[in-house]
Amino acid sequence: MNNERRVSLALTSTPMILIYVMVVFCVIAAIRQPAFLSPATLINLCRAGIFTMCFAICEMVVIISGGIDVSFPAIGCVAMYVPMYMYNNGMGVDSVFFFFGVAILIGLAFGILNGVLVAILKLPPLIATLATSSVASGGLIMLLGTREFTTLPPSLDWLYSINLLTYTDPATGFKYPLTILFLVPVILCIVVALVLRYTMLGRGLYAIGGDKNAARVAGFNVKKLQFTAYIFCSVMASATAMMYTTLMHSSTTTALMGEEMIIIAACVVGGCRLTGGHGSVGGTILGVLLITLVQNNLNMLGVPTSWQIFAVGLVLLLGAVLSSIQAKRIEKLGKI
Amino acid sequence: MADEVFLKLVGIKKSFGGVHALQGVDLEIRKGEIHCLAGENGCGKSTLIKAISGVHIPDEGSIRIDGEEMKNMKPMDAINRGIQVIYQDFAVFPNLTVAENIALNGELKDGVKRVSWRQIHKVAAEAMARVGVKIDPDIRLERLSVANKQLVAICRAIMNDARLLILDEPTTALTAREVESLWDIIRSLKEKGIAIMIVNHKLDEIYQIADRLTILRNGSNISTGAISEYDQERFTKDMTGRDIVQQKYQPAENKEEVLKVENLTRQGSFENVSFTLYKGDVLGITGLLGSGRGEIGEALFGLAPAQSGKIWLNGKEISIQSVSDAIRNEIGYVPEDRLTQGLFMDRSIRDNTIAASIRSYLKRGKLDEREMEEATERWIREIDIKAPSTRPPVRTLSGGNAQKVVIAKWLNTDPKLFILDGPTVGVDIGAKAEIHSILHDLASRGIGIIVISDDLPELVQNCNRILVMKDGRPSGILDNSIDEVSLGKMLIGA
Repeated sequence: MNNERRVSLALTSTPMILIYVMVVFCVIAAIRQPAFLSPATLINLCRAGIFTMCFAICEMVVIISGGIDVSFPAIGCVAMYVPMYMYNNGMGVDSVFFFFGVAILIGLAFGILNGVLVAILKLPPLIATLATSSVASGGLIMLLGTREFTTLPPSLDWLYSINLLTYTDPATGFKYPLTILFLVPVILCIVVALVLRYTMLGRGLYAIGGDKNAARVAGFNVKKLQFTAYIFCSVMASATAMMYTTLMHSSTTTALMGEEMIIIAACVVGGCRLTGGHGSVGGTILGVLLITLVQNNLNMLGVPTSWQIFAVGLVLLLGAVLSSIQAKRIEKLGKI
Repeated sequence: MADEVFLKLVGIKKSFGGVHALQGVDLEIRKGEIHCLAGENGCGKSTLIKAISGVHIPDEGSIRIDGEEMKNMKPMDAINRGIQVIYQDFAVFPNLTVAENIALNGELKDGVKRVSWRQIHKVAAEAMARVGVKIDPDIRLERLSVANKQLVAICRAIMNDARLLILDEPTTALTAREVESLWDIIRSLKEKGIAIMIVNHKLDEIYQIADRLTILRNGSNISTGAISEYDQERFTKDMTGRDIVQQKYQPAENKEEVLKVENLTRQGSFENVSFTLYKGDVLGITGLLGSGRGEIGEALFGLAPAQSGKIWLNGKEISIQSVSDAIRNEIGYVPEDRLTQGLFMDRSIRDNTIAASIRSYLKRGKLDEREMEEATERWIREIDIKAPSTRPPVRTLSGGNAQKVVIAKWLNTDPKLFILDGPTVGVDIGAKAEIHSILHDLASRGIGIIVISDDLPELVQNCNRILVMKDGRPSGILDNSIDEVSLGKMLIGA
């Protein structure tokens, strides 16, 4: 392939098109609403993207390994609700370690359950995690009721109050703080990207997502890798859920329910293939950015917020069409 | 050196729940020789490979590598002794790059935890240099042709200090030119002292490459010897255990037209194709890949309809613009890739047999179970599909039997014209002969038969007329007095 073809392919690759769409979106928003260009927009975007980003990385790892996990919102709800419930009923200590520790243990337990269902019992991942989701969500409501905790314990309140930086709008005097928890998705992205690219564990996840049988023949421990993916997803989603409680001052049994579809969509827009073996941290970041941008700044374009779901739908459609066109283009290039 | 024995099997027996897959096989592989293993489906070839590679532990018999007795050999022991198997699916990763596919397995075996991309590229470049292939190491495997995927698998095997390379039916999905270059690579590996065992059942290919040949039948080795000791007759007899008389097909003279095609053209595929098919004729269409041979079949079945030209079927002019036009005119079509295009692999023989004629079993909104069952049983009997009942999924059948199910599917529609693209690809000798006699029988009953194939011996034996395509144009219609060699020359235009 000559260099010109290479460049033209790179310029029209899916990530580049996502970037173009985002740039166009921002330019239009900036023309209609000069306030869009304020640093406040960026800070809001970062805040709004924290959860989506963390969840998307979790889901991406499972999708790369050839599976899918629709149970993380339900597991997250259990993980955010149970520690708060314990605390409010006099069981437990007021410590960041307690809240996050219990959340992570809960995530670990459900991650192992998903691993057993998928890797050992060989259930289809969609059905297995759907079952886990119902069991987790239903069990929580059945055993612990449906309260809503809106007051944070002092330790979490302390965590909430630490900011990385605060921007004060010179015109209005409004303060826009960026929480320290923003570092979590940043570090997560870096670590996961490095693990996926530079460790046998990471390459193993791609390998089992590409061809399980070939991976077995090559000597990869397929079951162990599947367990790793599901446990990582649940544990990280549980910690993210506790971050949600901290930042939103709210812990309910259903706060995250329904999130799975938009997260999976963000992964797919970012280049993950649901058949497994494909996906990257960079692509997923782009997918999350685009969806977060559209979700939070539609009003800047002068589009009513009631159009939000519709607009997100359009973004998904764009992602799906893009990957299908890309696949056709590659096919046209012919086999080598 | 050439006569030193690397691997010696004596009296290998293996049973699975009462089925004797191997009943005492002796085999000797010498260092640096190319040894072909031939036999029909179910003769025990794959069990034997698995015994050699340590996947199955034999019930009886001894395996010696380099003179050393191997007891309870495990896959890892075999690999450490330098035995590498390349299975038909290659066990490669479609989503990873060429370099990674070549190097990853070795790194994994060495217990490497951190991946060094520089090391991976180095290993891959070394392996490709040793085997003598050049493929862009950064390209993903899903973009490669079957031939190149196979080369990647060979590179990977070589990296693990292979001393015996076993290839399981390596040529089934390759074009003639790709087979040639595979043979070149195999010969260069032989030069390096690596023993090669190739499972194959195409005699012409075995002649091209093998030093020695072992024929397996019903779990026993029937004969072993230098390739020069075998001719077509002995090969066929040892393979099947019966004499298959190979006589050229010659129908009785008949001037009754079944199909007439005039100036059929589809831009970019073929131009001005004209021919007439008389009652009793089996017409062969051949040509190199891309010559338009397959496209003519697709046009007649409406998959990629012709843009101009005329078609008469049994004296009536018809127009075929879609598959449903073709089916309405009672045309049947067996595609080249029957596994993905012609069969529902996980459904039963019955479901597949009635798949193209299901409408005729719809009585008052219900499918007539009994009639469907009877029809399927009739075809199982008539064309001798080897199956215990109408129930087993097609996936469980051998290649030859699966192909018979595709044929049954179309016969059940009672076709006037029957087009088969590569009807015996992946089918062993015995079943091949049966399929051919089914086709001859159909032709004599007045059904027009078109066989599209690049298997020249098959065409010369079974078609009484052969249309040769070159670059989208017909370059001649021959009768079957031509021999394979001159036909082959005509294909490449020499």
